[in-house]
Amino acid sequence: MNTTMRTPKPYWNPYLSGVGLGLILLASFVVAGRGLGVSGAINGLVTSIMTASGFQALFGDWVFVEVLGLIAGAMASGALAGRMHRTVDSGPRITSRTRLLLAVSGGTLVGFGSRFAHGCTSGQALSGGALMSVGSWIFMIALFATAYAFAGVLRRAWQ
Amino acid sequence: MNLLGALVVGLGFGFFLERAGLGDSRKLAAQFYGYDMTVFKVMFTAIITAMLGLFWLVRFGVIAADVLTPLQTYALPQVIGGIIFGAGFIVGGFCPGTSCVASSLGRGDGWCFFGGMMIGIAAFHAGGDSLANFATSNNWGALSLSDVFGLTHATTMLIIVAGAIGAFWGAEWVERKLSA
Repeated sequence: MNTTMRTPKPYWNPYLSGVGLGLILLASFVVAGRGLGVSGAINGLVTSIMTASGFQALFGDWVFVEVLGLIAGAMASGALAGRMHRTVDSGPRITSRTRLLLAVSGGTLVGFGSRFAHGCTSGQALSGGALMSVGSWIFMIALFATAYAFAGVLRRAWQ
Repeated sequence: MNLLGALVVGLGFGFFLERAGLGDSRKLAAQFYGYDMTVFKVMFTAIITAMLGLFWLVRFGVIAADVLTPLQTYALPQVIGGIIFGAGFIVGGFCPGTSCVASSLGRGDGWCFFGGMMIGIAAFHAGGDSLANFATSNNWGALSLSDVFGLTHATTMLIIVAGAIGAFWGAEWVERKLSA
């Protein structure tokens, strides 16, 4: 335990944070006529690497620039709350090495799945959800049901 | 100009995700063990806030009604995508946005998850036309829940809001039960 580390401030109330996030989502629709997104930006990054087309075009892409903003916003919030530090967050019963392997594996599945879903928790669940899109709600239900179904098998990783 | 909007919207997006604690994979995974339902509460509060806001902004003529056009539904691909994504969520402890938040805070598990996503997306593109064709199959068009249930937009919205409030009450109850 690093005792010199400042105790981080508590997280905000989830409903208050949710209203804030919802107003940002609303602002996105107002200023850009579209919702939020993240996996689209990573898709752009990956395809520009795979086609060796350079990264310049990404900086003209709405969702890519929005994710750059997301990174800055998360850093600002983390810095203000004393939560910026290099570490690995993992369950109490696994090593950091195992946690990192699980993170790569889970990320691979999420990236792969996001291409079939036409987006992620931001582009589909939040944005499509607010638009009452049927496919977004189908995606959300399938996502939550599967994560709950596998939670028992993965208990050791988290509890 | 529009890109400045993207940057500002992104700033707020990252800020609120981090404020809520969604940069911590343990807090995200806890959703699926019942003792911390923050993910659900934040997500559904955001969805109903934006949904109600969109409805009233269109009603007052602040934004054009076509902004409310639902996204395209690709039924089977989105079920399969949701299953793969959900499995990845509980294994890896993040979704794309929250892994970016964790990475920004210096969390190594966030970086590894992000790298994994790049591998997964690359695998999809390397999979060729058969994967791409499947992903765009089953297109049901810009279908709204209100079309499916044969209700007006406003009625469907009220049912979702009522359902969410009931679910928040349930989430608080489960949390109290499991942390007692």
